[in-house]
Amino acid sequence: MVYENPDGVRIGLEVHVQLNKLNTKLFCGCSTKYHDSEPNTHVCPVCLGLPGSLPVINEKAVEYAIKIGLALNCSIVEQTQFHRKNYYYPDLPKGFQTTQYDFPIAGEGKIIIEGEDGEHVVGITRAHMEEDPGRLQHMGSIDKSKGTLINYNRSGMTLIEIVSEPDMRSPKEARRYLDKLRSILDYLDVFDGDLEGAMRVDANVSVHWGDRVEVKNISSFKGAERALLYEIMRQKNHIRRGGEITMETRHFDEARGVTISMRTKEEEHDYRYFPEPDLVPLRVADRVPKVRETLPELPDAKRERFMEQYGLGETHARALTTEIKVANFFEEVAEKVDPKDAAVWVSDILKGELNYRELSIDAFTVEDIVAVVELVTGNKVTEQSGVEIIRTVLDDGGKPQDIVEKKGLLKVEDDIVATAVEEAIAENPEAVADYLGGKEKSLNFIVGKVMQKTKGRADAREAREKVLAKLKE
Amino acid sequence: MITKEEVEHVGWLARIEIDAKESDAYAEKLNSVLGYFGQLDEVDTEGVEPTYHVADIVNVFRKDEVTGSMPQEEVLANTEHKQEGNFKAPKIM
Ligand SMILES: [Zn+2]
Repeated sequence: MVYENPDGVRIGLEVHVQLNKLNTKLFCGCSTKYHDSEPNTHVCPVCLGLPGSLPVINEKAVEYAIKIGLALNCSIVEQTQFHRKNYYYPDLPKGFQTTQYDFPIAGEGKIIIEGEDGEHVVGITRAHMEEDPGRLQHMGSIDKSKGTLINYNRSGMTLIEIVSEPDMRSPKEARRYLDKLRSILDYLDVFDGDLEGAMRVDANVSVHWGDRVEVKNISSFKGAERALLYEIMRQKNHIRRGGEITMETRHFDEARGVTISMRTKEEEHDYRYFPEPDLVPLRVADRVPKVRETLPELPDAKRERFMEQYGLGETHARALTTEIKVANFFEEVAEKVDPKDAAVWVSDILKGELNYRELSIDAFTVEDIVAVVELVTGNKVTEQSGVEIIRTVLDDGGKPQDIVEKKGLLKVEDDIVATAVEEAIAENPEAVADYLGGKEKSLNFIVGKVMQKTKGRADAREAREKVLAKLKE
Repeated sequence: MITKEEVEHVGWLARIEIDAKESDAYAEKLNSVLGYFGQLDEVDTEGVEPTYHVADIVNVFRKDEVTGSMPQEEVLANTEHKQEGNFKAPKIM
C-alpha cells in the first residue's frame, strides 16, 4: 500500500532541543538548573551581554552536538564557527543571538519513522548550535498587557536546532517524527525532556504543493499535531473558497486550537549575520571518532536486537524500545523470567497501568514485576489477580507477596472449584433447567454462584468451562 | 551606492531614529567608507582562504563546570524598571 497523500500535504519541522543536562550554559559558567529558581538568579555578565564580557564555548556542549548529529545520521562539518544574528527584541539583552549560520555543526541526515505506509524516511536538513533567549512574560492578557517581564535565567542555555526536510505527509507522521526524535535524544542522555521548555517546535506546512506557512509557538507534541490538523484544514478551506495561500508566519493559540496570522514586517527577517568576533572557529572533525565511540545502541538497532535475541514480535519490540528506561527495565526482567512473558507483562500490562496514572517506569521495580509474572506463570494467581497486584502496588504500595496474602488472591485448588461447581448446579435446578432449555444467560448465573462460593479466587474462564463440562455429563 | 532609503532602513533595524536631514549626511559618509572597501576589493585574492577570525587559533574551550552567577540585586542594578526580580519592559507584542 502506498500512501497517496490526497491533499499534497508537506510538513517540515524545526525542533529546538535544550541541552539541560549540561552543567553550565553555552558560553558562560552559569548553572543550567534554573527551573525552580527566582528570576534572574542564574545570569552573569556574559549571558546578560554586559560590555566587556567575553563568551567561551562549553566543550561538552560541542561534544553533545556532535553526538546528536551522529545519532541523526548527519555528516559532521570539518570546521564551524558562530555568527551573530542581529535583532532587537528584549529576550536577548545583547541585541543579537549567537548562533551558527553557514557552517552548521551537523549537515544532512535522516530519521526513519513509522509512516502512513510503513517505514518512511524523513530527511534532516541540518542541526546547529545556538543560545536560548530569555523568557518574556506579558503582564495581563496579551491585548491589554501593561508591560513585559523579562527573566534571563534561560538566556544562554545551549540549544540544538534540528531542521527537517518537508518530508512528513500528515500530522500523524509529524507526531511520529517528534516521538522518534525524543526517543533518540533520550537514548543519548543529553537532555531531560520532561523539564519545561526542553523541546520546542516550529512547523512549516503546505497543501497541494503550494507555498508554505510557518506555524510558531507550539509547546507540546500533542499541540503540534493539533496545530497541524487545524492549519491543513484552514489552508484547504481557503483554497476551496478560491483563496490563495501565500508565505506567512502564524502563531498557534493552544487554548483555542487555532493558528493566527502574525502579520510581521518582512524587514524583521533582515538579520545581518556576521561572524562572531569574540569566539574563535571550531575544528570539530578530529573529535568525531571519539564521540562516535560514546554512541549508545539506538532505538532502531535495539528493536532489531530485541526481536532477534528475545523472539519478540515487532509491536512488542517497538513498544519496549521507545523509551530507553523501559528497554533497560525489560532486559532486567527478561533475565529472570521467560522474555515473552516479560514482554507481555511489561509492555501490554504494566505500561498501560503506568500510562493511565501518568507515571514513568521508575514507579515500579524489576523485582516486583518479576514476582507478579512468576505468580501468574506458576499458576499461583490468575491473570486478573496479577493485574490487580500491579494496580495495588501503584496505588497503595506494598510488595506483591503481601498483597496476595492480604487480599487472599491465591488461586483456589482445582478440587475446591469442582466442589463449588457441583454445589452451584445442585442448588440451582431452575437455572440449570433454563440453560438446558436454551436460555444461554442462565449459564452466567451459575458461573456467578461458583465465583461467589470461591470468593472470586477461581479463574472465571476455568469456572465457566467446568460448569459447561458438568452440565454436559 | 547606499541610498537614503537604505540608511533609514538600517536605522530602523538598529532602532535608531534617523531624520531626513541626517539620512542624507549618513548616506554620504557611508558611501565614502564603502569606497575604501571598494579599494580592498581590487586586491587579487585568488586562492586565498577566507579569514573569519584575525587570530589564527581554533578550539578555545571551557570545561562544563559551574563558576557561579551574580546576585539578583546586582543583575538588576542597572535598571530602574524592575518588578518581582524581573526586568520590566514596555508592552511587547
Ligand atoms: Zn551566564
